[in-house]
Order: sequence, then C-alpha cells, then structure tokens
Amino acid sequence: MSGVQSTGALRALLKRDLLLAYRRRSEMAQPVIFLLVVVSLFPLGVGPSPQLLGTIAPGVIWIAALLATVLSLDSLFRSDFEDGSIEQFLLSGHPLTLIALIKTAAHWLTAGLPLVLLSPLLAVWMNLPAEGARVLVLTLAIGTPVLSLIGAIGGALTVSLKRGGQLLSLLVFPLYVPLLIIATNAVSAATAGLPFAGQLGLMLAGLVGALTLAPFAASAALKLSLE
Amino acid sequence: MLSVRDISLERYFVPVFEPVGFDLSAGELLLVTGANGSGKTTLVRLLAGVLRPSHGSIKYADDTGGHRNLVYVGHHLAIKDDLSVLENIRFMQAFLGPGELPVEDITRQLGLHRVRLQAARTLSAGQRKRCALARLHTSGRSLWLLDEPYSNLDHEGMSMLDGLLRRHLDSGGACVMTTHGSLRPDGFRFRELVLQSGSVQP
Amino acid sequence: MNRVWLFFHKMGSPPWFYRFSGKLLPWLWGLFFVLAAWGLYLGLVKAPPDYLQGESARIMYIHVPAAWMSMLIYVLVAAMGLIGLVWHVRIAEIMAICSAPIGAFFTAIALATGSLWGRPTWGTYWVWDARLTSELVLLFLYLGVIALYNSFDEPRKAARAASLLALVGVVNLPIIHYSVTWWNTLHQGTSISASGSSIHPSMLWPLLIMAVATKFFYAANLLVRTRHRLLLQDHRKQWVRNVIMKEGS
Repeated sequence: MSGVQSTGALRALLKRDLLLAYRRRSEMAQPVIFLLVVVSLFPLGVGPSPQLLGTIAPGVIWIAALLATVLSLDSLFRSDFEDGSIEQFLLSGHPLTLIALIKTAAHWLTAGLPLVLLSPLLAVWMNLPAEGARVLVLTLAIGTPVLSLIGAIGGALTVSLKRGGQLLSLLVFPLYVPLLIIATNAVSAATAGLPFAGQLGLMLAGLVGALTLAPFAASAALKLSLE
Repeated sequence: MLSVRDISLERYFVPVFEPVGFDLSAGELLLVTGANGSGKTTLVRLLAGVLRPSHGSIKYADDTGGHRNLVYVGHHLAIKDDLSVLENIRFMQAFLGPGELPVEDITRQLGLHRVRLQAARTLSAGQRKRCALARLHTSGRSLWLLDEPYSNLDHEGMSMLDGLLRRHLDSGGACVMTTHGSLRPDGFRFRELVLQSGSVQP
Repeated sequence: MNRVWLFFHKMGSPPWFYRFSGKLLPWLWGLFFVLAAWGLYLGLVKAPPDYLQGESARIMYIHVPAAWMSMLIYVLVAAMGLIGLVWHVRIAEIMAICSAPIGAFFTAIALATGSLWGRPTWGTYWVWDARLTSELVLLFLYLGVIALYNSFDEPRKAARAASLLALVGVVNLPIIHYSVTWWNTLHQGTSISASGSSIHPSMLWPLLIMAVATKFFYAANLLVRTRHRLLLQDHRKQWVRNVIMKEGS
C-alpha cells in the first residue's frame, strides 16, 4: 500500500517538471523566440503602417501565441511517455487526471506564462493602443491556460506516434477557434472603447470548463496511448 | 494474491499469446518464459493493468479502491536523464512511498553511491538499470512485476537483485518475472509459465 | 424493452450484424433513390424560383440537407465512439470510424454548394459568413479524426483514439458554432425552425424530402463500409470464410 498522499506526490511532480524545464531551458526558450520572430514578420510582410498594424494586432498576436503554444505541446507528455514514466504514473495509484493537470500547469508556467509576459512588448511592436494592450494581456492570461489544457488532450492523443507533432497542430487548431474569435474581439472592442466584459466573462467560463473537463480527456487519452 | 484466468490480448485481431491462467500466493515466484515475441512483456503489462485483456480476467487480492498493490519495472526504466540518481530516487519515493531505507542507503545498496550526483544520462546501461531498480525499495507493495530485470546487469548487480528478491519473498511478497534463456534468479524455488505465440481462434 | 436490448446485443456479433445489414441494405438504397428522385424533381422542377434569388436558390435543396447531415454525422461519430470506448463494442468503433468520411463528404458538398450558391448572391465564390466558416471548421474536425485514425497501426487503438478526439470535438461543436455565428452574420438566417417555417410549403417539402433521403444515403453507405471493414478485420475467422463461400456460389 502506498503510504503517500496524492498532494505530496503531485507537488513533487510539479517541482520535478519545473526542474526538468529549467535544465533544458534553451529548448524551452525556442517557442518564445518563435513568437517574437513571427510577430516581427508581420510589419515586414504587410508594411509598417501604424493604423494597419494596430487593426490586425489582436489577431496577429493571438495567432502567434497559438502557433508558439502548439510548438511546445508535443513535449508535454512525450519525454515521460518515451521513458516509461507515464506508465509508472498510471500504476502509482495517484489519480492520472490530477497528474495530467499538474503537467499541464507546469507546461503553462514554462510555455504560456512567458507569452503573457511578452505581450506588452508585442503590443508596442504592433502599435496596439494602451486600452487594447491591457485587455490583450488579460485575454492571454486567461486564454493561454486554456490553450495548454486543450492542447494537452491533443498531446496525449498523439504522444505514441513517432511524428505526432505535426498531426497535433491539425487536431487542436479547430478547437482553438472559439477562443481566438472571442479573445481578439475583446481586444478590438477595448481599443474601440466598446464594452468587453462579456467576452472576458465567456473566456473565464471557458477556462473553468477546460480546467474541469480537459484533464479527464487527457488522462483517458494517455491510457489509450499506452496500449 | 493474484488470480489469472484464461487471459489473452489481441493485436491486429490476433492473440499475442495463447490464453494462460495461474494463481500466485504470497512468497511465490513465477518465471515467465517463452521465445522472443511470444508476448512476455505484454503479459506483464496486462498484469500491471497498463493493458486491458481482450479475454479472461485478473483478480488481485489487496485491491483497495482500484489502486493496485504492485511495482512494475519494465524495459522502459522511467528515470529522467536530466536528473541525478539521487533526484530520481527521491522522486520515486515522493511518488510511491519512502520505503524503509533513507535515500543515501539505497544508493549504497544499489552500488550507485559513487555516482549518485551524476545525471542519469551519463550512466552506463547497467547503472541506469540499477537506478530503475530503486523502485523496488519503495514502501510496502507486495507484488513485483519484473520484465527481464537481469538484462544489462553485471554479476554484482545480479546478486544484488537476487538479495532484494529473496528479502521480498521471505517477507510475504510475490513476484512475476520474465526472462529468456539463461538469465535466471539463482537459488530460488519458482514455478515456470511458458508462453506460446497466439494463433487465430475461429 | 428486453427485445430491444436483445437486438442490440445480437448486433454486436459480427456474423449477425453482417447478415442483418445485408438484408437491410437493398431497402435503404431503394428508399434513398426514390426519395432523392422525388425530392429533386419537386425542388428543381416543380418548386417556384425564389423571390429574391431566382433559380440559383434551388441549390439549397442539396446544400441545406448536406449541411444538416454534416453536423448530425459528427454527433453520431461521437455517440458511437462513446459506446465503443465505454463498452468496448467493436461494431460501434467500426461504425464510428466509417461514418467519419461520409460526414466529411457531406461537409465538402455543403461547402461546395454553399460557395456556388454564394456566387450569384454575393458576387464571390467565398465569404467568411457564419455558416460556411463553421462548416469549414467542421471539415477540419473531420479531417483531424480521419488523420488521427490513419496514424495508428493497430486498428482498435486507432478507432478508440479517433473516437476520443471526436468526443472532444463534439463538446466543442456548439461552442464553435455559436462563436462563429456571433462573429459574423451575413448568411441567410435558418428558415426552418421548430415553431413553423418561413418558407413556402412548395419549397419546404422538397427540402424535407431531401433531408430524409440523405439519411437513407448515410445509413446505406455506412452499412456498406462497415460490412467491408468487418470482413477485412475478421478475414481469418470462420464466419467470413462461410460468407465468401456462400456469396461466391
């Protein structure tokens, strides 16, 4: 009988994942650099007109955030899957759902939070006015955890495939569509001085929904991938 | 402790091995043998609960609310390359239970004390196997499922494992171990189960 | 109630399913052809041209039922996938995965006919209106399920993974639909509602008949694909050999 409480085990898992991310910090930095590069390509591609950039800013920054997240999703479960750790998690007696949630949380802390922190810089690059920039940071703060949570399901489904990463993006992008629509609309509304609280409320509801449902799907997908 | 009836798993609609059944009680060691590809690893994973059988049933005594009282050491060692031996073992303890020995003693017992601060990536295959076997030191799980545990171990490593196994069986634990050919536990009484590759049942 | 349960239980057995579906198929095809012919005749020949859009609106007799089917089939893929996942019923897994290409086909038809319909109305072949955009996202969802299924080697694992993905997608489907609709409303609002309809009966009837016809098409096509896959999966088993011998003679 395992004499370990799940809370202790899960805390150890979170610390372990953060430590592992730190030891591979140059790899962790890649999606963040990717985000910066992608956003900077837009002025180069569409011209530096401040009005144009300001108009497309919410969409561009959010899409870049989507792309950067998807890049980092494949590694959510892959390393643990390939060295047999996921099997051990399943057999440990601790709820796999919570384990999936903790790993997703670690993923967000290392891959999603940097996007949120960088967004003011991106807002300046894309000439997004201050009101819009504030809401942009808010939408990313609420939205990137949802990206990690839903992405974890895709990651868990494709983790046993050799080239799972490419398929992963195809799988999760349709699921990201509502988030993209509502988030960019919130930012555009804020810039235009229109109300945006409803959109944020919807996003919060989405976050709560994802927090409660996504780990179950991810853990079911992990069990499936082990077969 | 373990009661298996008529169990088999189909892959690509063909059973991996012919259905098997057995009972295992405390203190018993079951050796699973068979040719390469006969499904030894599959059977162990079925017993661990990682795979679901297509037919048959497995019953565990000591079943408490779905959590099974077992430790599984398989081909995948489940140690993190970027963590040191000490960090890996500490994590195992945090997850599966501290066991009876403090972590430094465990490294000594495993023969890894000298390299305990090294990242697992830098160890030899045999040392990594020893690190994976630290899992057996975690608290009180009575059923051991070992998939070719002697592979990569040198002579000392094998006697170390034999010692662990003997203490485990003497204190009422049970073990199912797969092995092919010559690598067998030394000086133990065991039962043998020979797996045969499956064929299609009409 | 017992008889219904017994029926479903029997259908779980491949030889039974094969035999039963074989008897059902000719009827399903027959009904599809009759209804489709009747519906198309009523819609393309007898119904009056639309007040605003003229003759081009006739494409709606194909577009609207196709769009309905595209969404219904996705729900069915998820439902059958759920049965397969929870109760490990192989037939449910097979039917779920066989439905996906049919659903993708209807989605493609809806997109193509929607685009053709749009040309005379909006002047371009594509606009990002609510209905077309959510059909496009639905097509991506279907393609994801099919691609995931094809990525796995082991067929049962593949079917289960694809089913799980479809389940996740079906939960998102209303959210996607709602958000896309909210995002843009250019498309003609739905003309058929539960409380009556705003379409003239001579246009409503062909639409409903085509809607029913597409369901028979789906059922027939699904059974054909499922039977085929069953034979492939069980090709080493005795019942398949019996079938081949019987059908060969």
